[in-house]
Amino acid sequence: MKKTVLYDAHVALDAQMVDFGGFLMPLIYTSITEEHNYVREKAGIFDVSHMGEFYVKGKEAGKFVDYIFTNDVSSMVDGQVLYGMMLYPTGGVVDDLLVYKVHNEFYIMVVNASNADKDFAWATEQQKFDCVLTNESDNISEVALQGPLAEEILQKLTDYDLSTLTFFTFSMMLINGKNVLVSRTGYTGEDGFEIYGYETEIKEIWKEILEAGGENVAPAGLGCRDTLRFEVALPLYGNELSKDITPLEAGLASISVRLEAGDFIGKDVLVKQKAEKTKRRIVGLKLIDKGILRHGYEIFKDGTKVGEITTGYRSPSTGETVAMAMIDRPFDKRGTELEVQIRNKMKKVVVRNKKFYTKSYKEN
Amino acid sequence: MSKIVEGLFYTNTHEWVKVEDGFAFIGITDYAQESLGEIVFIELPEEDDSLEKGEELGAIESVKAASDILSPITGTVVEINESLEDEPELLNTDAFTNWIVKVELSDESELEKLLNAEQYKEICE
Repeated sequence: MKKTVLYDAHVALDAQMVDFGGFLMPLIYTSITEEHNYVREKAGIFDVSHMGEFYVKGKEAGKFVDYIFTNDVSSMVDGQVLYGMMLYPTGGVVDDLLVYKVHNEFYIMVVNASNADKDFAWATEQQKFDCVLTNESDNISEVALQGPLAEEILQKLTDYDLSTLTFFTFSMMLINGKNVLVSRTGYTGEDGFEIYGYETEIKEIWKEILEAGGENVAPAGLGCRDTLRFEVALPLYGNELSKDITPLEAGLASISVRLEAGDFIGKDVLVKQKAEKTKRRIVGLKLIDKGILRHGYEIFKDGTKVGEITTGYRSPSTGETVAMAMIDRPFDKRGTELEVQIRNKMKKVVVRNKKFYTKSYKEN
Repeated sequence: MSKIVEGLFYTNTHEWVKVEDGFAFIGITDYAQESLGEIVFIELPEEDDSLEKGEELGAIESVKAASDILSPITGTVVEINESLEDEPELLNTDAFTNWIVKVELSDESELEKLLNAEQYKEICE
């Protein structure tokens, strides 16, 4: 099992540690709800050093990334971040990822820890361009500072005017003398930053952020990372995305796919699927009866299976028992009453939108 | 270190049984509530339901996961702790005073096969 550079810090904080993507990661420090609320109301700091980072360098770096990425890389400017996916020729998802454009001949891909090896092998197979693809995952560590007070806290540690760093852009900057990459991105639905650097740098920055933030920042584990991303309907690979689910079915086409731009692997399947309309899609569900909805529970209409829950929780922010679920059409329409099987009992659910909580990004 | 109460019977699946006035009260241990984390929902049986030793009695849901409560004994439910339906978090506050069901025992000799406090303590270590 791999450990991040912050492993000792988590143990010192008495965190409950779990295996995630081959890494021993903090699940909970105090409680999921407490950490969740910290991120919604103040700020939380996450160790996300397990994430995978690939460098693509060379003359045709942009062409290569565009070829394996659903979003439009050719339109990117230096210092921009773009969300999108790598697809199999079937249209199923290899992984969802962020692409950072440093300049025309240097891009960084940030992928899920649990998929990093698979992604690198897949990307390497497709690499027939004049560029070099390297896996930098073992060299780069990362922390995410998320929440409405994130900017105020990080500003104490840098002369860079963070108010000029807009949503989904990044810059190299000095954080307490350490030259690191900072992007205004995240996975919580709140304003915030993701900070990439070498092990020793990230280890110091973690400590410095906690000191600078004082009462306004708390360490946040993977437990609340999942409830936070869930409430704003951000997908998790393995739940809302998989090799058997296309971005259209996941309902993520508008933010991750540009069919009108250049070709990419899997595009023809998406074009066809868009024309014919998908047979199923991810929607929100609300539980009418009592209980909790969980990943994998089956959904029925008049005794026939019509779908499955992808992620479910009692939303820590709203207290509602809700879920995201992959549902066959036409049962995906809002207000449709369906049934969910929970431990051999059928309970009533109703289809709703999947925005369980309103995002508060700093869009400009 | 989680709390263990002397004089109760225990299971290796972290339930406890307390016998009082000929009835058995069943709950989950402090160790169980601690490892479950914040409890947000409990599914209880109904009065007059019969329970089989080792079979599912109900379920407890924490923020992150669901887990079954297994009945340590065979018997019939005579009362459920309804306050847990509205406030399942009481189990986090004190797992030993907040019993889950009150049961009429079918076979008192089953109790002898359960663990005592000392044996249970070893499991939690």
